[in-house]
Amino acid sequence: MNILREPFFLRALMAGLGIACIAGPIGCFIVWRRMAYFGETLAHAGLLGVGFGLLFHINITLGAVVSAVLLALLLLAMKRQRQIAVDTLLGILSHTALALGLITVGLVTGAVTGHLDILFGDVLTVSTRDVVTVWIGVGIVLAVIVYLWRDLIAISVHEDLARAEGVNVPWVELVFMLVMAAMTAFAMKIVGLLLITALTVIPAAAARRVANSPESMAIWSSVFAAVAVVAGLMMSALWGTIAGPSVVLSASSIFVLTLIIPQRS
Amino acid sequence: MNWRAHVAIAVMFKIIEPLITTQKLVLNFGNRKILDNVNIAVREREIVTVIGPNGAGKSTLVRVLLGLERETSGSITRRDGLRVGYVPQRFPVTANVPLSVRRLLTLTYHASNAELHQALAETGIEHLVDARVAELSGGELQRALLARALLRKPELLVLDEPVQAVDFNGELKLYELISGIRKSRGCGILMVSHDLHMVMAESDRVICLNGHICCEGRPAAVQKDPEFIKLFGPSAARMIAAYTHHHDHDHESHEHG
Repeated sequence: MNILREPFFLRALMAGLGIACIAGPIGCFIVWRRMAYFGETLAHAGLLGVGFGLLFHINITLGAVVSAVLLALLLLAMKRQRQIAVDTLLGILSHTALALGLITVGLVTGAVTGHLDILFGDVLTVSTRDVVTVWIGVGIVLAVIVYLWRDLIAISVHEDLARAEGVNVPWVELVFMLVMAAMTAFAMKIVGLLLITALTVIPAAAARRVANSPESMAIWSSVFAAVAVVAGLMMSALWGTIAGPSVVLSASSIFVLTLIIPQRS
Repeated sequence: MNWRAHVAIAVMFKIIEPLITTQKLVLNFGNRKILDNVNIAVREREIVTVIGPNGAGKSTLVRVLLGLERETSGSITRRDGLRVGYVPQRFPVTANVPLSVRRLLTLTYHASNAELHQALAETGIEHLVDARVAELSGGELQRALLARALLRKPELLVLDEPVQAVDFNGELKLYELISGIRKSRGCGILMVSHDLHMVMAESDRVICLNGHICCEGRPAAVQKDPEFIKLFGPSAARMIAAYTHHHDHDHESHEHG
């Protein structure tokens, strides 16, 4: 069990718990607003950002944030058109970004496999600086979510009604997309880009079964995400499994356990 | 004229000034004309019902009036500081979001406990204040949404298909409730419906919409209008006549919630 006291493990744990804090409420909004596919698209854009980051020698986290934000803005603009259905559009953008990202990373590094950590997470690569970055990001994201909480709930329940009652829906939507983009970039090293949606959606789905208010659902969701992070990282450290999939599998196990409890409304 | 006359005229104008009017409203989606030269007005203490077949632009008209959709041309005039209560057409009971009725009512409006109970009592579901939204019946949900709109002390109530997913008996009671709200609160009510025979009896004015306004006027007049009969068929007109007659003599039904 000595590995659990290793500094690298504690760093991964600290960063992972930070991500869990914001994955809870963000996951709830993704579930409420049916945006899972959108989250996936943002993650793929993140990979493209990593590719450009490596290509132009800038920080890859910054690269991921910038490209995810740009994609979020593009989607927000394209939502207004009526020619292509939004989920078709997401399908096109998502996989184009993934393909372009994989090719860019592959060309720059010679092989994609050298950067498996970006796709699936790797506890070994988390530095002290990463931990600090994650927690500063978590602080900012949490503050924004708390500030917009009522409006976010109102537009999750009924967007038109919220708009008719004076909520600035495009603004709230934009800020929330930026928050999602930021979280995607922070979570990249812990669970990996390909599985970040899972860490938001699965704990939220589990929390839905035990919560009776939007707030309790967000808190339960964070708790489940935190448990999944701890369990997943321990699995990874003790048995040498890949970090990201281990965390996600732990989250899925929690969800299956909550199925025993009758659903609350 | 002396100053008293001026004041009297000013007061009169304030009273007869409509809550909301549209002038030559046009709305296109791409090349498709959804609303064509629509002029409507809703005044205080008035129930105006917009009827029309599916795809006639009824809900779109509501969305434009609420500012959710931008008109292509024409204009909308609202009385200064007009408070609008809105009950939307489709309210997907999102089992996704865990909500109590209390929470649903206060999503975007801070209400005291007393206000909350009063609004729910007015729509006959005070006992459901802590019920779960996902467990409400169709009629209860409509009443909750109506109470929600009433919390804002609206001068204009906009109801888009208020009796959806409600059984026949519940429908009748809901219309009586809406009519009662008009009497007790004196607000103007703009109602949209595809459901002809029920709506007409309580309305002061019926507007028959099919992209453009086909005909409008008092229910009794509209149902004899050739344009109306062309749009809905002669049997619909007879049904309304029958219902209006029946309803005029129905003083027995009361609201029990």
